[in-house]
Amino acid sequence: MEGLPEEWETAPEPGWVAPVLDEEFPGLAIHCTTVGRGSGKSPAAVKEQLREMSNRFGGAQAIHLREKPIPWAYRVFFRHIGLDPDTTRTPVEELTLQRMHDGGFKSKNRLDDALTIATMEIGVAMRAFDADKLEGRLGIRPSAPGEKFEGLVGSLTHGTLVIADEKRPVAVLFGDTAEGRGVHPETERTLLAAIGVKGVPDIALEEGLWLAASAMRA
Amino acid sequence: MASVEPTEVEEFDQLHAGLAVAVADREDELLVAGRGGEILPPLETAVTEVDERRARRDLRRQIARMEAELGRLFGAAFPRTGIEWGVAAPGGPRVLGVAELEQIRDAMADRLAETRATLGEIAEDEQAYRELVEDIVADPASHKWVRVRSESLGEPSCRHWHVRPRWGVLGMLAGWWRVKLSSGCPLALGRGVSRVPKTAVLPAPA
Repeated sequence: MEGLPEEWETAPEPGWVAPVLDEEFPGLAIHCTTVGRGSGKSPAAVKEQLREMSNRFGGAQAIHLREKPIPWAYRVFFRHIGLDPDTTRTPVEELTLQRMHDGGFKSKNRLDDALTIATMEIGVAMRAFDADKLEGRLGIRPSAPGEKFEGLVGSLTHGTLVIADEKRPVAVLFGDTAEGRGVHPETERTLLAAIGVKGVPDIALEEGLWLAASAMRA
Repeated sequence: MASVEPTEVEEFDQLHAGLAVAVADREDELLVAGRGGEILPPLETAVTEVDERRARRDLRRQIARMEAELGRLFGAAFPRTGIEWGVAAPGGPRVLGVAELEQIRDAMADRLAETRATLGEIAEDEQAYRELVEDIVADPASHKWVRVRSESLGEPSCRHWHVRPRWGVLGMLAGWWRVKLSSGCPLALGRGVSRVPKTAVLPAPA
């Protein structure tokens, strides 16, 4: 990626997965890295990368996307956890659909563009949080009975799979981010997370994080 | 893709090992309980848990295979339309039980069977159209005004074969029929939209 920094600011670290999920879904993983900046306007190098990607991803790639190992692995995992991947789309399919609809990957902001680049290039699911609003390491676990979720009236359905820090759930897995835990204009440090499932190698998660972090620091 | 899935033998070995460990653990615990420990649930509980875990794993593996097959069919079916691909999901994200996984597995199996049947019917229709194209090319006069679109043959283009008389009415009267192959898809700009505004004045040649 020409024009983008190549060194790690913070090396990626694996998050935790609750033992009950580790047993049920071997391969489920979350890896994180922190970048010392928030979002904002995308730099020229990132916009250029999006343009170049738009030229490479066309209709043919979209049609055969679900035959590729990593997108297929996410579709399978969605089925395993009760989601219909044709309704709640996997991240890479959602971006592909937007690409087809808009005729290209439109630049939104530095963070969204960074996540788009990482997701489309590698196929992995990416999330971002305000690093200063998290307490401890991130992990994946089922929600406890009556557990609250910021921004949601009432409580989470017991057993909902969530991304959580050591205090509270910060996002529903492949769903909404808790209010106040996402990246906002005042965010100074961004925590990038790559979610892996069975069939997605760790190296792909690290590659995704590296791409996103590089785009964030461009 | 298949390499990520353990083989049947590996799975059986894992299951066997898991059952053996579970039974051994429970026997140890019962021995402790028999020495004055607390009352423990029956041994069958642990075995049932392992059985159910194995069933969930088997179902997940079957779902994964069917998803791969559906994906392959989806890619192969393009550009054909009118095929239903959806498979209902119970809602999540959460750990599904055996019954829910079975429902998904059965729904996917039904969807696969329906999709294969639909694609089979479409393939038969396409074959019939291919034979028709061969016939009209071989003998246009016997297929007056017949028109076959390339999409009827399952081809992603806008071509069509059209049996028309040579030289209009004269050809009709004289029986001079021929097959005309269209040149392709219209421009993306659409009909009636000009690249050059009607009021524009073209620059004079230098």
